[in-house]
Amino acid sequence: MSKPIIKVEGLSKRYRIGALGHTSLRDAIAGAVRFPLRSLSRENASAENTIWALKNVSFEVEPGEVVGIIGRNGAGKSTLLKILSRITKPTEGRVALNGRVGSLLEVGTGFHSELTGRENIFLNGAVLGMTRREIEDKFDEIVAFAETKQFLDTPVKHYSSGMTVRLAFAVAAHLEPEILIIDEVLAVGDIAFQKKCLGKMNEVARDGRTVLFVSHDISAVNALCKRAILLHEGSLILNGPTREVSAYYLDTANKLYSPITWVDFKQGKCDEIELLTAGIQQSGLNTTAVDCRAPFSLTFEYETRKALPNSRFFILVRNAKGEVVFGTSDYDLPSEETTHRRTGKFVSEVNVPEGLLKAGSYYGTIGADIKNERIIFAENDIFQFEVFESGDDTLAERHKRVGLIAPLLRWQTSEAASKPQD
Amino acid sequence: MNTTESPAGLEPASTAGLASHGVPSGENDGDLDPFSNPYILIEAESSRVRFDLRQLWVYRELLYFLIWRDIKIRYKQTLLGAGWAIIQPLFAMLLFTLFFGRLARIPSDGVPYPLFAYAGLLPWTFFANALTNSGNSLVGSSSLITKVYFPRVIIPGAAVFAGLLDFGIAFLLLIPMLIYYRIAVTWNLLLLPVFICLVTLLALGVGMWLSALNVKYRDIRYALPFLIQLWLFASPVIYPVSIMPERWRWVLALNPMTGIIEGFRDSLFGGKLDVLTTLTSAAMTIAILIISFFAFQRVEDSFADVV
Repeated sequence: MSKPIIKVEGLSKRYRIGALGHTSLRDAIAGAVRFPLRSLSRENASAENTIWALKNVSFEVEPGEVVGIIGRNGAGKSTLLKILSRITKPTEGRVALNGRVGSLLEVGTGFHSELTGRENIFLNGAVLGMTRREIEDKFDEIVAFAETKQFLDTPVKHYSSGMTVRLAFAVAAHLEPEILIIDEVLAVGDIAFQKKCLGKMNEVARDGRTVLFVSHDISAVNALCKRAILLHEGSLILNGPTREVSAYYLDTANKLYSPITWVDFKQGKCDEIELLTAGIQQSGLNTTAVDCRAPFSLTFEYETRKALPNSRFFILVRNAKGEVVFGTSDYDLPSEETTHRRTGKFVSEVNVPEGLLKAGSYYGTIGADIKNERIIFAENDIFQFEVFESGDDTLAERHKRVGLIAPLLRWQTSEAASKPQD
Repeated sequence: MNTTESPAGLEPASTAGLASHGVPSGENDGDLDPFSNPYILIEAESSRVRFDLRQLWVYRELLYFLIWRDIKIRYKQTLLGAGWAIIQPLFAMLLFTLFFGRLARIPSDGVPYPLFAYAGLLPWTFFANALTNSGNSLVGSSSLITKVYFPRVIIPGAAVFAGLLDFGIAFLLLIPMLIYYRIAVTWNLLLLPVFICLVTLLALGVGMWLSALNVKYRDIRYALPFLIQLWLFASPVIYPVSIMPERWRWVLALNPMTGIIEGFRDSLFGGKLDVLTTLTSAAMTIAILIISFFAFQRVEDSFADVV
């Protein structure tokens, strides 16, 4: 074994809330007048207006390892990446990086819409740390990978968003640092191109380069990384084989994240219907991590302030790529309550059968409308949940198939009655 | 930036094989310690400032590409493109000639007033544009700053250097003017690059400082045009230094633009160079550049968190 290519030691990062962002000169002058002894640049941050985005995180990465970093939004993943990419400094701790670092926190950093595809390749390459020689050498490869050859001399502003993303990723994919840091950039582009990107990333990993891959898409981490690190509220919780870490992550999601499973809404957004709460249950528990081998339900509570005959509630569920997986409405199988739609408080529970959804992240929108007339309200991404597979590998196989869903359907096969032969 | 890159850090540990497979190598194991001479070391924020010019050298190509981008975009987005480089000082010259040369009869050290004004407006226009562009540059590049690492000085730097092209274009107009007014160039012309250099360094120093301040205090954006206007009247663009009583000239010389603009004219028209003023201006320029470089380094780590 050689020495670790990345070593992170006691890394912490504190942000001052309120002091984030720019201040006005007036405030600074006023502050200096009121507290003349305090220096302008280093105010003493009191504990209540600071948050620790990262708390005492330590780990090592061996050369050639592909390590996934997982955790919820706000777990500290982005802060960790920003420190490793040298964009921001840690408050405490240190990091040794024994190789050239290329970081990809965004697709197309530095792209300018007025410049042509060709010009943007050079600019973006330089921004990502490539030399002009490197870009020139790889230029044809990049163009071929992006499949945008005929638009090379067209300003990028005329590109479709898909084309821009392909071009940007193509440049990034040809970075050749010893350490590659990637932040969820795969969550863009069409499926065919995503596959190509995943393939390219696998290639990068096989080349013996070290990759840190941050995502909240557990399946992507599972597919790419042997080892994973779980962050929660700034602390490193688990560091080990991806399967164990992701299983732990999904398993403990209930305990770790229960406070946010029920969404509370601000009052008075819509004066006809008000959403009160929304949440997901499986096996009698509130959760955001759904086992695809058991049924679960999407539940929400609302108050109607006006009788709205002929109105219907609907839920649209989208996957991480933003594709609608299914839409459902209480008008499909109407009941007494839904036809009259009286005023009062109601609870709706929508049952989703087991073995339907593919593993991955999902976002559910709740809304209500009056058919062919108007939309009464719609709240985007009220439900956010993760579907995982608890079954064995043969069952997990179906999540990789094409198609938006992966239903477990019963096949009845029996021997065909053969004609009696003489 | 207290981040170091050392080319020797990449060497694989010579003791490979000693540590058993699958077990992380010993942390205090001499050669195996990743913190002994790492390629890149990231340490906590500190007020320690290193004068790290090597980082700038490593990222010189990015500087080149950002200058190239600034120029490309400006010429693509504007209808007149390079025309603006000439229109700005040309129209200022016509106005100044009318109001200050003809009506107010401000003396011009024996040089025809239009030529006198234009020769002052050349470095001045470059300087004023450089301040505006670099002062707003960091704030305008927040998407870059929050997503990629590079020495941040490159951003205001590129904004200043990109202005040199406009300066060059505007300079071309001077040639027919010199011919028209039959001004013979002298050996003094050889000094011109020195003053071009000085005005660039001064713009870099002031622009760098303003850009960093602007990240924290957005008031700078509004204060800038005002500051530039005041500075114009404090510099001998419209008037020659010679209209000031001799004993007060040193006050003017404290403004580094005084020596630069006067030196610019003397190089072009063969006037006698005021060495003391020139040296004062040069010293002020260098001092401003160094102070502002250190001030910039002190705060640049926090840009990504603040911008």
